[in-house]
Amino acid sequence: MARELFERKIKQIQDEILLLGSMVEQATLDSVTSFKDRDIQTAKALIEDDQNINDKRFAIENAILILLATQQPLAHDLRLLAAMLLVANELERMGDYAKGIANNTIRLGISDLPIPYRDIEKMGELAVSMLHRSLSAFISEDISQALAIPHEDDEVDALFNKCYRTIVNGMIANPATIDDASLLLWVVHNLERLADRVVNICERTVFIKSGEMMEMDGSEDEVEG
Amino acid sequence: MIDNNHVIPQTKIRVENFNLFYGKFQALDKITIDIPSNQITAIIGPSGCGKSTFIRSFNRMNELIPSVRTEGKIILDSKDIFEIDPVELRKQVGMVFQRPNPFPKTIFENIAFGPRAHGIRDHRILEEIVEKSLRQAALWDEVKDTLNKSGLALSGGQQQRLCIARALAVEPEVILMDEPASALDPIATLKIEELIEQLKEKYTIVIVTHNMQQAARASDFTLFFNMAESRAGYLVESGKTTDIFTNPKNELTEQYISGRFG
Repeated sequence: MARELFERKIKQIQDEILLLGSMVEQATLDSVTSFKDRDIQTAKALIEDDQNINDKRFAIENAILILLATQQPLAHDLRLLAAMLLVANELERMGDYAKGIANNTIRLGISDLPIPYRDIEKMGELAVSMLHRSLSAFISEDISQALAIPHEDDEVDALFNKCYRTIVNGMIANPATIDDASLLLWVVHNLERLADRVVNICERTVFIKSGEMMEMDGSEDEVEG
Repeated sequence: MIDNNHVIPQTKIRVENFNLFYGKFQALDKITIDIPSNQITAIIGPSGCGKSTFIRSFNRMNELIPSVRTEGKIILDSKDIFEIDPVELRKQVGMVFQRPNPFPKTIFENIAFGPRAHGIRDHRILEEIVEKSLRQAALWDEVKDTLNKSGLALSGGQQQRLCIARALAVEPEVILMDEPASALDPIATLKIEELIEQLKEKYTIVIVTHNMQQAARASDFTLFFNMAESRAGYLVESGKTTDIFTNPKNELTEQYISGRFG
């Protein structure tokens, strides 16, 4: 088999992607837990640790650019490296969502707002589980998994809608809570967006394997704000 | 983004069930393909798969080898090339080789040689042809003051452009190029590629290359040839270059272009 060195380097980058993924999973779970526990110390640590996620993403990006420049990959190799470039970016942005949740934990302080903890926790668990499996499917190029996982996004969206209604109803009932409650909206928004980005990873998995760029039916396109 | 996908180019050369034998050895096996007009078609494949033999068939250069026998059809526009006088055919289908091979004559005479052979005697007309051909080959500005110097005094890249100008001088319709840049440095190579891109407006170009990046950069269509166990060359896959190099349909093509064999 020719190109052993090249294949070894691709494998190393794949391992780094998995490592970055596990950092993001942990950061997301920790951000939700510290939010629930109002654990400001952990939230602060999470904000600092986001730099490690960013650094790892740049290291991966650099390694991919070097392979593109030195190995002139084509066909499957080219699609794989291009997809990893995008997935590293998706993971880094997911890390930002965890950081965002930690920020809101700090801002929320000790406010005694009623919070739908159970549903938020469920959203976090579900999104992280989707992320974990989508990365396994990405690395093993498992199309059937990549096609199946995005359907679970509906459940995340349903939880988001439920939380959203609860939070908005709370605002209507007690307008004095609007400032704090809007922070809650950001928390659930971030988890919902994280799951959307998992769908992007699944799209890239199909692309690597088939060359087909397909839009999967996660939730609607991003509306930032 | 400009989308040319819907434009279906006309066929310039139609190859139908073409077989070629060197004595008993079959070098090409049932090749069927349409070569599009005014496009650059690259032929890639491992050494010995018949790429050069294939393009040399288009102007019947293989016939110069006594043991060669062919079957099947090659149609240029609507004419069977085996019914065209070979001298006339080679005027229509020119060729540029791997190593620049200028004649040991002046730059002017290198270009004027072909038109003269086809009966043009008027010096003024020959001058016009020389200038036009050198301009088309992007060499005019570099040699216009030294037309009486030997073609062999030029650099390798210039010599290759001189050979392209020489091919253009007889106003061909198709230009065959067999590894035209493999003996050149990277800058000269890129100049040849730029030139080919300009030439396709007027000519149909078929280029054999071992350089995958060159095929990817410089061609519109790509044909991938491989060698069967019998060592006969056959066409594995053909398609738009952008498709072949990002998402080939055939596993062999995939392995070849990503450097796993060949």
